[in-house]
Amino acid sequence: MIFDVNVIFDQLPAILRGAGVTILLWIAATIGGAFFGFLVAVGRRYGGRLVNLPLGFCVEILRGTPFLIQIFLLYYGGPFIGLALDPVPAGLMGLTVYGAAYYSEIFRSGFAAIPVGHIEAAQCVGLTQGQIIRRILLPEMTMLVLPPSVNMAVIILKETAILSIITVPELTLTVSAIGSQQYAFVESLFLLALIYWALVEAAGRLGHLAETRLSRYRFSQS
Amino acid sequence: MSLPAIAVKNLVKQFGETTVLHGIDLDIPQGKVSCLIGPSGSGKSTLLRCMAFLEEATRGTITIDGEVLGFSESAQGVRERLPAATNRAIRSRIGMVFQQFNLWPHMTALGNVSEALKTVHKMSRKDAEDLAMAQLVKVGLESRAGHYPAQLSGGQQQRVAIARALALKPKIMLFDEPTSSLDPELTGEVLNVMRDLAAEGMTMVVVSHEIGFAATVGQQISFLDQGKLLFTGAPSDVFRKPRNPRLEQFLDTYLDRGASMLV
Ligand SMILES: Nc1ncnc2c1ncn2[C@@H]1O[C@H](COP(=O)(O)OP(=O)(O)O)[C@@H](O)[C@H]1O
Ligand SMILES: [Mg+2]
Repeated sequence: MIFDVNVIFDQLPAILRGAGVTILLWIAATIGGAFFGFLVAVGRRYGGRLVNLPLGFCVEILRGTPFLIQIFLLYYGGPFIGLALDPVPAGLMGLTVYGAAYYSEIFRSGFAAIPVGHIEAAQCVGLTQGQIIRRILLPEMTMLVLPPSVNMAVIILKETAILSIITVPELTLTVSAIGSQQYAFVESLFLLALIYWALVEAAGRLGHLAETRLSRYRFSQS
Repeated sequence: MSLPAIAVKNLVKQFGETTVLHGIDLDIPQGKVSCLIGPSGSGKSTLLRCMAFLEEATRGTITIDGEVLGFSESAQGVRERLPAATNRAIRSRIGMVFQQFNLWPHMTALGNVSEALKTVHKMSRKDAEDLAMAQLVKVGLESRAGHYPAQLSGGQQQRVAIARALALKPKIMLFDEPTSSLDPELTGEVLNVMRDLAAEGMTMVVVSHEIGFAATVGQQISFLDQGKLLFTGAPSDVFRKPRNPRLEQFLDTYLDRGASMLV
């Protein structure tokens, strides 16, 4: 087999479309996952046992099973419980829920890592529960959870490739389809790896930039 | 006698099965400096934290300026939690200073001091910062207004924490070992700020191992041992002629360490 780069250039518009779908799914699932993950973490912290236990159970199941199985179950099993979704919504929903489970754990440990005294100081000057979450916990947590959050965003990006098995027209599906039509499997796999790597690298840089900006108020010894 | 600033009545605090405070009765007089001394683990912090409603008492009441804080208790001992807004309002008369400073690391010194003025008292950013700046001037830190806690020494952080509490114009200031986590050379600057405050007539309750401070600034000394209040009196009674054997023993450990010239 000859490594033929031209095959890929001919198909560039299709590949870019696939990459666009991947990036959109990635961003939407990461933001959605972080958002719902935060709600889950807050619910588990303040909602009492009746909220904490069932949510904790769901999180454990989501974290304890492969994403591949989850997305199969959602897409092919969903119709049995009246949840017949098209590939793209199913993929987005699956990925968001999966991300939310992990993000909730990131936020939970972020909450736990904030010294209780910082909250007590806020109570003493009269801040309400909501104000404490918004003004103290959230910003303090941001710098604690930034590194694991960027990490999770990268994992979500790589998991988007799995959505190809439920025919979401994202990058992996697009490129491997081109590869098999043109008999250029190696070229297409190589290109895929390259694009994912570039995206991961970009995400890492962005995260690093944010960390540097926040580092000026690192925790002191107390 | 006028109404006490804080009246503690039959206060019992249990953590699970362990009783940490065994029915404390204590009046904190208005406009004076009251010191709580006692061995480590005797319940000083717990008592102070109950006064700030950071701990919920198991039994008994805390009254601030004649108003009950936290839980009301009927003669039959039925306890009822008071509304959160009521407790917030009563607690706003109290400023609390912690051993660990507890400044918020993502805000500058000025941000820490002005935060509650903005979010709780809904002051404009400018008014809040002007008032906060005045408090920083008072503790001698106007030049550090833009610094983050991580950029300040322990003594400076504690002075910012004091300014943060003072900005809300409290009538009572509680201090829980404010100098215990400071390097020895930094305790002076914090104690000086506290002395100034005492001279202005602020009602203060100070938990401290600084026996010298208690002896020179304190006007009422309470000795706590194993969750019981063994003695409350004037400094001269405590330090010159201690009659209680446990108190004597406790003070000896300090006098041994050369604190005698301070007394
Ligand atoms: N949150 C808590 N849970 C259980 N025990 C506690 C808690 N806080 C304090 N204690 C116990 O209460 C006792 C008194 O503690 P504390 O008030 O901190 O003493 P002090 O400030 O005089 O050193 C100690 O035996 C301590 O272990
Ligand atoms: Mg203590």
